[in-house]
Amino acid sequence: MSTPTLPGTSTPAGPSEPAGTAAPHRVASGAFSPRQLVASLPDALRKLDPRHLVKTPVMFVVAVGAALSTVLAVSDPSVFAWVIVVWLWITVVFANLAEAVAEGRGRAQAASLRKVSSETSARRLPPGCGAEENVRSSELRPGDLVVVEAGQTVPGDGDVVEGVASVDESAITGESAPVIRESGGDRSAVTGGTTVLSDRIVVRITAKPGESFVDRMIALVEGSARQRTPNEIALNILLASLTLVFLLAVVTLQPMAVYSGRPQSVVVLVALLVCLIPTTIGALLSAIGIAGMDRLVQRNVLAMSGRAVEAAGDVGTLLLDKTGTITLGNRQAHELLPAPGVDEAELADAAQLSSLADATPEGRSIVVLVEAHHGLRARAEGELPGATFVPFTAQTRMSGVDLPTAGDGVRQVRKGAAAAVTRWVRAEGGEVPAEVGRCVEEVSTAGGTPLVVAESVRGQARVLGVVHLKDVVKEGMRERFEQLRAMGIRTVMVTGDNERTARAIAAEAGVDDVLAEATPEEKLALIRQEQSGGRLVAMMGDGTNDAPALAQADVGVAMNTGTSAAKEAGNMVDLDSDPTKLIEIVEIGKQLLITRGALTTFSIANDVAKYFAIIPAMFVTTFPQLDRLNVMRLATPESAIVSAIVFNALVIVALIPLALRGVRYRPSSAAALLRRNILVYGLGGVLVPFVGIKLIDLLVSTIPGIG
Amino acid sequence: MSSLSDAGSLSDTAAGLLQIGLLLLLLAAVHVPLGDHIARTMTSSRHLRVERAAYRLLRVDADADTRWPTYALSVVGFSTVSILLLYAFLRLQGFLPLSLGFGAMEQTQAWNTAVSFVTNTNWQSYSGESALGHLVQMAGLTVQNFLSAAVGLAVAVALVRGLVSRGTSTIGSFWVDLVRSTVRVLLPLALLAAVLLLLTGVVQNLTGATEYTTLAGGSQTIVGGPIASQEAIKELGTNGGGFFNANSAHPFENPNAVSNLLEVFLLLVIPFSLPRAFGTMVGDHRQGLTILAVMGGLWGASLAVTTWAETHALGTVPQAVGSAMEGKEVRFGEWASALFATSTTMTSTGAVNSFHDSYTALGGGALLLNMMLGEVTPGGVGSGLYGMLVLAILTVFLGGLMVGRTPEYLGKKIRQREITLVALYILATPFALLVGVAVALSGASTRSAMLNSGPHGLSELLYAFASAANNNGSAFAGFGANTPFYNTALGLAMLLGRFVPLLLVLALAGAFARQRPADATTGTLPTSSVTFAGLHAAVVLVVAGLTFFPALSLGPLAEALA
Repeated sequence: MSTPTLPGTSTPAGPSEPAGTAAPHRVASGAFSPRQLVASLPDALRKLDPRHLVKTPVMFVVAVGAALSTVLAVSDPSVFAWVIVVWLWITVVFANLAEAVAEGRGRAQAASLRKVSSETSARRLPPGCGAEENVRSSELRPGDLVVVEAGQTVPGDGDVVEGVASVDESAITGESAPVIRESGGDRSAVTGGTTVLSDRIVVRITAKPGESFVDRMIALVEGSARQRTPNEIALNILLASLTLVFLLAVVTLQPMAVYSGRPQSVVVLVALLVCLIPTTIGALLSAIGIAGMDRLVQRNVLAMSGRAVEAAGDVGTLLLDKTGTITLGNRQAHELLPAPGVDEAELADAAQLSSLADATPEGRSIVVLVEAHHGLRARAEGELPGATFVPFTAQTRMSGVDLPTAGDGVRQVRKGAAAAVTRWVRAEGGEVPAEVGRCVEEVSTAGGTPLVVAESVRGQARVLGVVHLKDVVKEGMRERFEQLRAMGIRTVMVTGDNERTARAIAAEAGVDDVLAEATPEEKLALIRQEQSGGRLVAMMGDGTNDAPALAQADVGVAMNTGTSAAKEAGNMVDLDSDPTKLIEIVEIGKQLLITRGALTTFSIANDVAKYFAIIPAMFVTTFPQLDRLNVMRLATPESAIVSAIVFNALVIVALIPLALRGVRYRPSSAAALLRRNILVYGLGGVLVPFVGIKLIDLLVSTIPGIG
Repeated sequence: MSSLSDAGSLSDTAAGLLQIGLLLLLLAAVHVPLGDHIARTMTSSRHLRVERAAYRLLRVDADADTRWPTYALSVVGFSTVSILLLYAFLRLQGFLPLSLGFGAMEQTQAWNTAVSFVTNTNWQSYSGESALGHLVQMAGLTVQNFLSAAVGLAVAVALVRGLVSRGTSTIGSFWVDLVRSTVRVLLPLALLAAVLLLLTGVVQNLTGATEYTTLAGGSQTIVGGPIASQEAIKELGTNGGGFFNANSAHPFENPNAVSNLLEVFLLLVIPFSLPRAFGTMVGDHRQGLTILAVMGGLWGASLAVTTWAETHALGTVPQAVGSAMEGKEVRFGEWASALFATSTTMTSTGAVNSFHDSYTALGGGALLLNMMLGEVTPGGVGSGLYGMLVLAILTVFLGGLMVGRTPEYLGKKIRQREITLVALYILATPFALLVGVAVALSGASTRSAMLNSGPHGLSELLYAFASAANNNGSAFAGFGANTPFYNTALGLAMLLGRFVPLLLVLALAGAFARQRPADATTGTLPTSSVTFAGLHAAVVLVVAGLTFFPALSLGPLAEALA
């Protein structure tokens, strides 16, 4: 699979699968295997470069402490000092390992994309009307026109300005079915590296070499384009200041220790400092950010900035297009309304007969409805000898069948748009009863589409009844919107339908608000209005006229099938062009923030146990009564300090999978989430190290010179 | 209370619980109207005639609405002038009337005293009755008792204005806030309090030292003075600078159980009313209640620990004697002493009715920790509220992330700038405290100020710097602080501990004022819930606990566990 999807990815609640039943679902991610740790070790060692370490203040302090302790251990060697030194360095390497593993996962994806971006040749049309010339794809500049024919690779990102072609975009989207690309309209964008399967198109190049969509994708999945996001910077500042607080506490402890008659060795003070500063979250912070982007990529969404991913967690209003997101793309037969004097079974029979030759989804839905509700099995062609099928065309807007009757007569059955069938009935010399006219009217005002069924037997035409087609709300959408409401997110359905139709569907789907007969200007105005109330807005769009709204939205997701203007305006691109993706994007954004918060809380809560391990160990010889603080009953002062530092290092590795996967997230209210996470990561963070340090101490105390 | 004990039927425990119950009842009754009065005062657009006169005198525009740098500059300017004036006052005392014959105060002590009263600390390196005349006490110190409290109130209100601002960038006018809190809040309350204190028997006159012959035939010098008037604002403004060296243990300042309870009430009443004022100003009383619950909960917990330690006479010596009455007044007993001590160390008041140095190791350690919490439970006038709000913002930062949102408090985002200011705020006081202690321990001469050796000596030193850096002002006693080193160093700690956080708070107010607030949804972290209050209280404890655990373990903990 030459897609940016990692093997073993499970995609939750995709478009095909009925979304969210009431049961909470989990935003899962690619499997993490311990082998990745080993494979990333060389990278982790390379990251010991001070120029790299200085970017993470917490880990830089650990590295400086480790270097200082190494010098002291060399000049005054002891088993204890060397064990501490080794574990301090291991702490730094483990932190690098977290980042290296996260980056390594992206690199495999980047490698497959690189093949796509490799150089090809292009057939450039010179300005004016000269003969086309062969150039390298890297020589193309925005504005150049190139010709691409069946079997050739599109040399760069651009818009089709002439022709129509089917294009294989599987190299980028992973979707093997070819798509149509044509000049004009909202299907004009082509991506460099994709292959034209049929016909000939002329493309105007829009991207500079090295700045194409695929190039940006590679940079994103590799993490090389990763910039720290606002919240990550803020958290880093908090971590740095906590580090300073503990540095202050440890440095000023020495004069007090001297006064108390128990000066401490620098190695012990460094060990205390490293245990207290928030190394867990400091080590995992960048891995969490990389993994968050990675989770999006696994769902075939490319975020152009980490800022957008964070914003996704904050989204307060979702603008959702009706068609394809809330309702199935096509209208479906909902009920049969017989004309006066017509038996319902007769209408059902006629409706089925007239739809056998109608391959449109609407036509098929009639056959399905008749079979399900009226017990009429769809007849195969062989069962109707002598029948002539009249297929549906856009011109006649009717479909039907001509059947031979007893004698020489012909029974013509027709079904189609009300106006078309009415005209046909009149032409055949029949009458349209007033009740049928009213019925058609009612179906229309209720937001449905009326199809009229009629027959003509030996020049006697009559209307049999009306088929009510309506928009079908996707299964599970109501529950999904309820979850969103619980998360504090307002949903607004956007549709070109009239107000009444829109309201009917909105009520059925359970969205909070409707923007009917929406124009691009109104969409933009709605976004601005929501934003002025302090809400962040997310939307998805594909057309050029969506571009202003996509740019204005805080999270603007452009569909990959959309125009390049839309892709430029948005800050994410969904390769699957699946409108329900917005909901997943919001969940991933939230999960990213929760993971940061949970691990920060865990990291700080850990300090309680570490104090109870180290402080008694440092001063128990002067103040034997402090042994009462040694609640874990650690064997010796040395083993207590070593156990704390070993726990501190191991917990980083133990939490790498969690950092990459993200903490469990169930869509629920903030109050419920807070209670759960405080309990798990706050209280858990206090208790876990007591157990962990004690277990490590049982092992460590067997080492001679320490135990 | 004395009449009750005379009846002989009431146990110490019952009497102790009764006075705590009475205190809580009084606070519960008063905090709503007083909080609303403060909120109304600070948001009203009307000026009183006397206030207009003050603005004309100060040459300020009464209707100005300024940005934070202007506000901060006004605070700094005003406080600098206050320190210089008070310093001059103390140095020139010999030339002034009503000096009772006292001369100029020594340089470093005058610096220490001037900073101490302007920073609302009221650490007293001098002994009131043997160093200061009435004019300096009244026109110098008492004036600062009003003004330093008014500054605290003004800054707290400025922060709240920043939080409710709809993006206007302005946080009010310092001069208007200063004048209003003095004229409409502190002066009327102080007047009422002084009358009540007089009724309980606190002395008020202008006599100097008088020599008396005692019953035993010896001679005793008794100093009178304008005590009730100073006592009222000493407690109300969470100042704590006593007229006498013995402070509220002196019978002229605090004659009986009733005056004692009244003083505890006075020092708690404004800090415990400010959450209500905050709730009223942000238009959501539950926000105020949550803050109040955290303040009250921690105050109650600390009171329980100290009372338990004192009434159970923990420790070798108290056990041997049978009670922990050393350093406590017999007319107050353990319960009323613990109540006063807890309240005074948790409000940055620093007045004392007993000697904290003589408390049991655990009780004394709790008093020390009370101050190390950063004076937020409920803290000083204004400074308690703004300190608590800063910690609430830190809580929101952690909690907000845990609910999957970039954190926001009352609709205002906590981003890089805001969290930087919060982080520096949290760093400032521990820095002044721990560096001060470390420097003091590094010199042999400075170490000699500790009258005790071992862990108790360290507790004394820790207490001194905790008291100064957190602007409390109470002394552990047993500590010779009147040396040039300690006068200077503690003065610096007070100055840093007051103005660095205060300026950071104003910058934070400015950062919030620039933002337009976002609407709250069910996806927003609720900041008025039991869960949030619990997390907030945990953050208050953890921030202080993690910073000071090593120091505490070598001082009070080592002593208590012995």
